[in-house]
Amino acid sequence: MSQKFRLIKSGYIDREKKISFKFNGKKYFGFKGDTLASALLANGVHLVGRSFKYHRPRGFLGSNVEEPNALVQLYNGAKTEPNAVATTIELVEGLVAKSQNCFPSVSFDFGAINNFLSKFFPAGFYYKTFMWPKSFWHKIYEPVIRKAAGLGVAPLKPDPDRYEHKFEYCDILIVGSGPSGLASALSAAKNGAKVILAEDKPRFGGSLLTDEVTIGNKKGKDWADEKITQLKLMPNVIVKNRSQVFGYYDHNMMVMFERTRDHIENPSQFTPRQRLWYIRAKEVIISTGSIERPLVFGNNDRPGIMLASAAKEYMKVYGVIVGKKPIIFTNNDSGYDTAIEFKKNGIDPLILDVRSNSESSVAKEAKNLKINIKFSYGVVNALGYKKVNSAVIGKLNKEKSGYDNLENISCDCICVSGNWTPTVHLSSQSGNKLKFDDEINAFVPNQSRQNESTIGSARGLFTLKETLEEGFTKGYDLSKKITGKDLKTPTPTSNERIYEQHDKFWCMPLPKKKNYKRCVDFQNDVYVSDIELAVSEGFRSIEHVKRYTTLGMATDQGRTSNLNGLQLVSNIEKKIIPEVGHTTFRPPYTPVTIGTIVGREVGKHYRPTRKSPMHSWHTRNNAVFVDAGLWLRPRYYKQNKETLLEAAKREATNVRNNIGICDVTSLGKIDIKGPDSAEFLNRVYTNSWMKLPVGKARYGVMLREDGVVFDDGTTTRISENHYHMTTTTAQAVNVLSHLEYYLQVVWTELNVNVLSTTEQWAGVALAGPNSRNLLSKLFPETDVSNESLPFMGFKQADFFGVPARIFRISFSGELAYEINVESGYGVFMWEKIMEIGQEMNIEPYGTEALSTLRIEMGHVAGSEIDGRVIASDLSLEGMLSKKKDFIGKRSLNRTAFLNPEREKIVGVVPLDKKTMIPEGSHLVMDENADLPNPKLGHISASCWSVEYNNPFSLAILKDGNKKIGVKLYALSPLKNKSIPVEIVSSHYVDPKGKRVRS
Amino acid sequence: MLEIKCPYCGKRSQNEFSYGGDASVKRPELGKEISDKDWDDFVYLRKNLRGKHSELWHHVAGCRQWFKVLRSTATHEIFKTTKVNE
Ligand SMILES: [Zn+2]
Repeated sequence: MSQKFRLIKSGYIDREKKISFKFNGKKYFGFKGDTLASALLANGVHLVGRSFKYHRPRGFLGSNVEEPNALVQLYNGAKTEPNAVATTIELVEGLVAKSQNCFPSVSFDFGAINNFLSKFFPAGFYYKTFMWPKSFWHKIYEPVIRKAAGLGVAPLKPDPDRYEHKFEYCDILIVGSGPSGLASALSAAKNGAKVILAEDKPRFGGSLLTDEVTIGNKKGKDWADEKITQLKLMPNVIVKNRSQVFGYYDHNMMVMFERTRDHIENPSQFTPRQRLWYIRAKEVIISTGSIERPLVFGNNDRPGIMLASAAKEYMKVYGVIVGKKPIIFTNNDSGYDTAIEFKKNGIDPLILDVRSNSESSVAKEAKNLKINIKFSYGVVNALGYKKVNSAVIGKLNKEKSGYDNLENISCDCICVSGNWTPTVHLSSQSGNKLKFDDEINAFVPNQSRQNESTIGSARGLFTLKETLEEGFTKGYDLSKKITGKDLKTPTPTSNERIYEQHDKFWCMPLPKKKNYKRCVDFQNDVYVSDIELAVSEGFRSIEHVKRYTTLGMATDQGRTSNLNGLQLVSNIEKKIIPEVGHTTFRPPYTPVTIGTIVGREVGKHYRPTRKSPMHSWHTRNNAVFVDAGLWLRPRYYKQNKETLLEAAKREATNVRNNIGICDVTSLGKIDIKGPDSAEFLNRVYTNSWMKLPVGKARYGVMLREDGVVFDDGTTTRISENHYHMTTTTAQAVNVLSHLEYYLQVVWTELNVNVLSTTEQWAGVALAGPNSRNLLSKLFPETDVSNESLPFMGFKQADFFGVPARIFRISFSGELAYEINVESGYGVFMWEKIMEIGQEMNIEPYGTEALSTLRIEMGHVAGSEIDGRVIASDLSLEGMLSKKKDFIGKRSLNRTAFLNPEREKIVGVVPLDKKTMIPEGSHLVMDENADLPNPKLGHISASCWSVEYNNPFSLAILKDGNKKIGVKLYALSPLKNKSIPVEIVSSHYVDPKGKRVRS
Repeated sequence: MLEIKCPYCGKRSQNEFSYGGDASVKRPELGKEISDKDWDDFVYLRKNLRGKHSELWHHVAGCRQWFKVLRSTATHEIFKTTKVNE
């Protein structure tokens, strides 16, 4: 297919490289260097989408990130991407795109009926129409609205692409490579500063790509190309195109995404799709330029109506004419640039200027070219449904409140120019409170709150001469401050067209008896009538008008609509714009793919996985793993076709009857050293530690200052001033921070050091009546008798040439030992134990059996120590020393803590002795009570008791001590279960604790 | 993301640190009589002021030292960072 709207010459595209692509199922051709938008326009395609609410046909309004209409869905399947902005998508071979928000097609859209029903969808219609009846919202209104509104379709499969993150530091980050950005980068870099220059488009130069200017006797673009080449060769400069700085955060943390792959035809599989840069910059220069505002008139959202600057860019950069019979509708001189460009390409434009005259150099140039200019004229209404084909134009009366005459003329495009809005989004994000510049009728940055400087047209400076001057000066000043160097780069001479003042008139009045729709916010489908309605209904604050009408709330952040909306409110309210105020801009400046934000932190890379040194052995021996915080722990070792429950029973039974081995490496371990260690332990634990002898371990409980139990574990005195503390797996990190806080901040007089040694030691538990028997074989030279190594005893011993620590402690309630060796010997230790224990039929057990053993013993763990219980709730009041003070003690006499009917830990057995009680079930008196059923307690942990061969659970129950023997119900609405249960003691097995001491 | 100067390690990004609350809060001395109200204030009551705030931070993913930061709660400006005893 021919590209009927492609110019023979001009543009920076590569005409040698033809590219085919598909849009809405049809094949087209473009050239390398095109965007999807420019290639479609070259083929005469203007209709690209349907509007959000009324499904009105829409075409391209802009040529860059300001584009509100041309959102498309890219590709299919897992790679599909919704809401891609066609004006920013670089054309690559095989690109597939389609229109969004239309059914069955963009040309015939069923939803367009909304346009005819539009009087039923005014501003705030969501709030008004769908309020009643209430029950309709969830089932009827919401699903219908969700289907009718909305933009693209999210992919249903995981993103197959790879994204990366990168951190960078620099002296000066410059955002935008237009004349001011280039100038400042050049002067800062030459003065020794480390500079990053970021450009969101593929091509550098900003306005120099399209403006008829010269710098130092070179054409603007040639000067830009030369300077970019120079900068790229400097070792202290990073130059990045396709890189959008989208967020300005605290302490000059800038976030940018770089498009690294989508524009490459056959990328390597190792090339990430996008790269997210975190840039910490000492200074940030914002040279993001400005965006043209549309003019508002009847049906100003028809395809074929676009910004004059966009039409000019399509001609100059892409060699594409957007129409052959253009109307240029303007309130300022920059529209004339576009008209002249049309004329140069052999097309006769008609200029409608709302001003009464212009004597600027550019207007004179247009007059000399014999371009038809009608002053005091404007477009009143655009005609044509899927593409503009004619316009009603009118001569404005003196007051510009109506028309002296109206006429109809044919056209195929209307290029509008309503003056320029500085792109202040990043400045605003930095905390800069904007101020209103009456001359340009727009907001500009005012007082910097961070190390931020906004320069050039982004702060309302529109001449090249001033812009260059400011850029070179700013780059020099900031770099001098940072580097201390003093090399000044002179500003080159420049030539440009001279423009006159614009006319603030921007919204065409309706002719008598006409009620044309005049669009303000293209992306969210907000019209003049919506804003008028909102104000007449009493919405005054611009923030309220914005939310009620959704003005400026679309993904384009109101780049082309905010100011027009504000002006409209200020006109209706008869207030000046600064009084109306403006809304705050927030990151991201342009939409960012979730994949980019997530980067490589997907799946297992989301957070680190911690594995014990014996992990490989577990894998080889059919372990099924479970996540325990960051740790992977064997849950059970599967034999044949066992279920989890069957395996847990087998493994736990073997511990009760014989001997088992469990990997306990993940338990937190903290090494404590120093002469004041005993005193310190005495303060952080609730029980007494002053008299613990060397070679002995003790169980301890820690509280928070509010009296709630924080953690528990055993601590062993290794030598006079050296202790080994263990914590639960879950709290290991928090306990260390807690200890460090008290040592470094509160009790700085204590001479104690703490250090995490969790990963330095590999730990195993040997548990079961046969464990001493095995231990004696593992340590033949060491006396491990009950007398020499009693319960809570400790020994250092030689394990086949490896130094080992033996602790006689027990979590299972059986006779048990824990052995630690240095991590590197973990597998050696484990295999040696399995080898020697084979004759006793030793078996490994996982966390499920471990839980079973501790639950039926009534030992508490993380599911009971849940941050809500105090020591007496867990029947640990015996651990609270009366003789000394400790962390949290003063809180224990709070009224609620002294309530005799407080929760208590109890055991729970189902009456049928068969049904496992789901963890989290609520204990209630009456299963049929009115909802909400009064809750007496909850099930914290459940197991199948191998001792009694029936289910057993632990629960935290109100007034639990007095409820032993009482029958209640365990309700689990989640599992739809109601189980009759009996309350028993939490110490279900060996309540006197004889076994551990045997 | 803030940039915080650890007195031991130098400037590092906020994600290496954890916040530790008002540095002006003094834990009551152990074993000393204290009224219910004073204890309650120590455990629960914080100023939540707008402006200069002296606070504790912990360099958890670094040197593991606690230190003091003087920061504006309104603008996040950090005026200085010092060791706990300074
Ligand atoms: Zn540090």
